Amino acid sequence: MMTVEHLNFSYRCGRQILHDVSFEARSGECLAILGNNGAGKSTLLKCFSHILKPQSGSVRVDGAELLTMSHGEMARNVAFVAQNPPASHLTVYDMVLLGRKPYMKWGATAEDYRLVDGMLSALGLEDMAVRPMDRLSGGEQQKIMLARALVQQPRVLLLDEPTSSLDLHNQYEVLSLVQKLCRAQDIAAVMVIHDLNLALRYCDRFLLLHGGRVHAFGDASVVSTENIRDVYRISARVCRVDGIPVVVPVC
Amino acid sequence: MGKGADAVRLSAPEAYSRHRARNMGVLLALCGVLLLAALLSLRAGSYNTPVLELIRGIAGRAEDNSVNIVVRNMRLPRICTAILGGAGLGVAGVVLQSVLRNPLASSSTLGISQGAGFGAAFAIIVLGAGLQAGGGVTFSNPALIGLCAFAGSMAVSVLILALSRLGQITPEAMVLSGVALSSLFSGATTLLQYFADEVQLTSLVFWTFGDLGRTGWDEVGIMAAVVSAAGLYFFFNRWNYNALESGEQTAVSLGVNVSRLRIVNVLICSVVAAVVVSYVGIINFIGLVAPHIVRRFLGNNYCYLIPGSALMGAVLLLLGDLVARNVVAPVVLPIGAITSFLGAPLFLYLLFKGRNRS
Repeated sequence: MMTVEHLNFSYRCGRQILHDVSFEARSGECLAILGNNGAGKSTLLKCFSHILKPQSGSVRVDGAELLTMSHGEMARNVAFVAQNPPASHLTVYDMVLLGRKPYMKWGATAEDYRLVDGMLSALGLEDMAVRPMDRLSGGEQQKIMLARALVQQPRVLLLDEPTSSLDLHNQYEVLSLVQKLCRAQDIAAVMVIHDLNLALRYCDRFLLLHGGRVHAFGDASVVSTENIRDVYRISARVCRVDGIPVVVPVC
Repeated sequence: MGKGADAVRLSAPEAYSRHRARNMGVLLALCGVLLLAALLSLRAGSYNTPVLELIRGIAGRAEDNSVNIVVRNMRLPRICTAILGGAGLGVAGVVLQSVLRNPLASSSTLGISQGAGFGAAFAIIVLGAGLQAGGGVTFSNPALIGLCAFAGSMAVSVLILALSRLGQITPEAMVLSGVALSSLFSGATTLLQYFADEVQLTSLVFWTFGDLGRTGWDEVGIMAAVVSAAGLYFFFNRWNYNALESGEQTAVSLGVNVSRLRIVNVLICSVVAAVVVSYVGIINFIGLVAPHIVRRFLGNNYCYLIPGSALMGAVLLLLGDLVARNVVAPVVLPIGAITSFLGAPLFLYLLFKGRNRS
């Protein structure tokens, strides 16, 4: 479980991006961070993976303070999947093996190779093991970055707009995979996502950020007509299709 | 029957094992080429002796004692200098390209060669360590020239690191600082040349050409210690460079302290390049081209790229020296120019061959 309390972040120039952000993400659940552009969603995610350093506040993973951990210890607790997969010429196998980097001393061990083999097999990526990353489609690359993050054996999986460059089929496939694997491995997934309908389909709880502050936090009921109007400044209706909430903008 | 139907479907571990075996094969082949080039280099020269006798001469057991002297005092130090110098420049090049996230990065991009050039010019023109009048092509104080060249190289890298500490430690800022300082030091060298006399100018030009024959066993020992210590450090960090391949943010999230990695590695690469350049002279192209040539065969995994770049650098410098000594023998052509002549067409061929294939 990840508990965030009173987190504040501002850039060197003094512009404050995050104001007193507090929430928690439970193990085995998917949490969506929602908000308009510039709300501080990606900044928040980067504060959890030592990419940015918050000025104050606390982030605890299973009780241990994440912000004061060494880089290596942080990487054994938290895995981060960036918005765009890298245009790397590393092979798929090497890229997934990279997820074992936080555990390596002199190099990869037999256990590291065993975990990578298992993950490639579980995600159906075996056929592309020795293909270079930059020869794969966007969907395949994102799945490999997910596999890389999962062999890190994190307690929390952070995903920055994991579906932004994917087609509809791959969007559903990747998010369904995240949901399934997080539940199976009891990992908390925290993802920044723009598509409210995808978030409602695959996430359990929702954090609505507005101007760097928590506007609302809770289950699907927080994605309401009122909150959407406040955060995105548009009118929208929330209906149900086959029991799943769907947001329909009203012009 | 189609080609695909014959293909055996391999599991991921099997396919990866084959991939690793193939890469190891490439590295072994490079070792073979290096050994062959070393043997050819051992044989090359006016002293025409059978190879076996020359190999015995390495251990000082050749029947003719003059063979022992030629091999142990002249040819072997030259071969070791080429191997260590090439390996040092190659490995420093591949690491700089990784930590600066720039395929054009090498010790000369950072201005290390220009710093060394200025240091040598200062020693020769201001401190009077130039050619002895009336003598052959020898320097009156080679140790002073080497020391000043080393100091010049290190001054550039310390300045780059100091400048990058003032602002953000971005790779772009470091490369651009290097370009600016290169220009500054080249300008300073030109100014010194303007006030130099003919003898001083000749000796500076001769030093700048590069020469593998200036080193004795003491210098080879220092180069071996620096290059092997740095090589081990780089190899220990191979997974950090692989992490940088997946983007800076991902590398941080994988536990890599990117800023520290960048500073420490730029400093170590600078020391390696400065030591090589101060003993051998300015050899620009190897640090840039050797990593790119081996990338074509080994991919981007630094577990193979680091030893591969070291081997390719050593092969290029050794072959370059072989060509330089034999094309218009007994005249020895400038090694810096020859490595460029050898490396550039090979690099261009591989570049366009790869592009057409993709």
